[in-house]
Amino acid sequence: MNRITATLARLKSENRKALVTYLVNGDPSPEVTLPAMHAMVENGADIIEVGVPFSDPMAEGPTIQRAHERALVHGISLKGTMALVAQFRQTNQHTPIVLMGYANPVVRMGYAEFAKQAGAAGVDGLLTVDLPPEESADLDKELQAANIHNIFLVAPTTSLARIAHVTANASGFIYYVSLKGVTGAANIDVDSVTEKVDAIRATTNLPVMVGFGIKDGASAKAASHNADGAVVGSVLVSLMAEGDTAAITKRVGECVAEIRDGLDA
Amino acid sequence: MSTTEQSKDQDIDFNAMPDLKGHFGQFGGRFVSETLIHALDELSEMYESLKNTEGFRKEFDHDMAHYVGRPSPLYFAERWTQKIGGAQLYLKREDLNHTGAHKVNNTIGQALLAKHSGKKRVIAETGAGQHGVATATVAARLGLECVVYMGAEDVKRQALNVYRMKLLGATVVPVESGSKTLKDAMNEAMRDWVTNVDNTFYIIGTVAGPHPYPKLVRDFQSIIGREARSQCLAQTGRLPDALVACVGGGSNAIGLFHPFLSDKNVKMYGVEAGGDGVETGRHAAPLTEGIPGILHGNRTYLMEDENGQIIETHSVSAGLDYPGVGPEHAWLKDIGRVQYAAINDDEAMAGFRSLTRVEGIMPALESSHAIAYAEKLALEMDKDDIIIVNLSGRGDKDILTVAEIDGIKV
Repeated sequence: MNRITATLARLKSENRKALVTYLVNGDPSPEVTLPAMHAMVENGADIIEVGVPFSDPMAEGPTIQRAHERALVHGISLKGTMALVAQFRQTNQHTPIVLMGYANPVVRMGYAEFAKQAGAAGVDGLLTVDLPPEESADLDKELQAANIHNIFLVAPTTSLARIAHVTANASGFIYYVSLKGVTGAANIDVDSVTEKVDAIRATTNLPVMVGFGIKDGASAKAASHNADGAVVGSVLVSLMAEGDTAAITKRVGECVAEIRDGLDA
Repeated sequence: MSTTEQSKDQDIDFNAMPDLKGHFGQFGGRFVSETLIHALDELSEMYESLKNTEGFRKEFDHDMAHYVGRPSPLYFAERWTQKIGGAQLYLKREDLNHTGAHKVNNTIGQALLAKHSGKKRVIAETGAGQHGVATATVAARLGLECVVYMGAEDVKRQALNVYRMKLLGATVVPVESGSKTLKDAMNEAMRDWVTNVDNTFYIIGTVAGPHPYPKLVRDFQSIIGREARSQCLAQTGRLPDALVACVGGGSNAIGLFHPFLSDKNVKMYGVEAGGDGVETGRHAAPLTEGIPGILHGNRTYLMEDENGQIIETHSVSAGLDYPGVGPEHAWLKDIGRVQYAAINDDEAMAGFRSLTRVEGIMPALESSHAIAYAEKLALEMDKDDIIIVNLSGRGDKDILTVAEIDGIKV
């Protein structure tokens, strides 16, 4: 079974929320990423989203934009991210990994080649910000063959009719973007999130994660109260910019632990 | 062109492109984050329901005539033709439009859509600043709030246009990320739109971006080709033999080309920015040297590295300094209907000087690429052949750049 499906089923049976944590591969330098991933898991992350650096990260706010720029300085790209996941799998066989990024690096590698390499490396899901379901059919086929979930976003602007269309094409989980804006934007409106998560649930049995604008344990718990979990990105990425590997992993671990406690409270 | 390709052309209904999802063959489409899908659907619906109504057409035509000053002349450049000594060279004078370039044709059209949408705020990206000025102009006229995103590098080299936009009441935001040019301005405009989508209309300046932008910008700019076609028939009694236009995103070129696409004896040439020379890698010619990929909401030819990262472009002209190109151009290249070539910075500068001195017409550095290519093409054609060159904008905005190249401090 795909690790995402297995993990989310287990959490549901334990009546716990999933904590999905994000970082950009190679940010601020390649040696930090692997220890930071392990620190996330040790402190309560259930799924890790690894950002694939891209030259034009259109959906990102300033914090994650700078992370992409820092990673690109080291020449980190999609191939290097496959290698990172393979390395992570040497000591961690259970934590699901989702690659999050933009279409063009995947297009350049080729959909079939991507699915083959990602499957071999131990990738469990792909979230391509600029590849909506309408344009995903070719990639979908390859991902399904490699047992990799194609994860789609639902936004506050997504109509009810369209929600059903998106969820019908999705696998793994639904990522609800809790606000109109870029990653790391202002605080979220919990009431509107609640309403939309209910609307998503009415169309699918897939788990629903809420992300964008979650800053700490309290906001994670509030945002995900009727969802299956929370995605935390910018606040973790903002801890990456300064210090050596030990200092960064310590900060990241503490932050993840605080959010875990908030979710479990 | 081979016989099979010609017969293929006859079968294509160019007006039926793109398809309902915005595809031109494998190009175009809608590659954006989910938040924007609804706004694009709304825009498509509004445009399709309005575009053929008499009221909308009348409003557009009225503004084109009385605000922009259309039709723009089709001018026989006699001295330039004599100097070159080849085919007859005609200029479609988009430089004479209000605000000095073809860009205003599109901003008038999109501003009408913005007005119908009821949104009170417009945003735009700009490279050379022509689209920014054209957007700030229509925003001033309609009393809309206007924010223009411009690469910090372009803000420096197009200081005059930055000041024009400010005088018109727009806020100009210098974009410091990435290569600090047009592509980064477009990223930032997309980020603004995703955040303020409820009250903001995004006026995209070229035939790129997610569907329906490549289609609607083409439709608004096609007034260039419709006029040129009837003017050429009226003045010479026949259609031209060749059309030449510069291609950055490609809006002035598609505007000239599109009404002629079914005239299979009219050859078309799109001229990209060769920068230091395509062989140096320092250029902005994705159709000449690029590869299909996905950026800014559409699938098209892009300049990228082996990992799919978009690479920096180089051109003396800010308006052509873009790593992608409109998807319809990508398709027209692949089906062989339009030929694409590159003109280097120094050739474009020579074209600028040439036209300025023999005709007293100072072309924009973007348009100078088309001028330079037309000079080469004219020599390969018969003396009674007719070439129409799209003079997409005037060169006043580029005087400081030219002076700097000449080592003169103005």
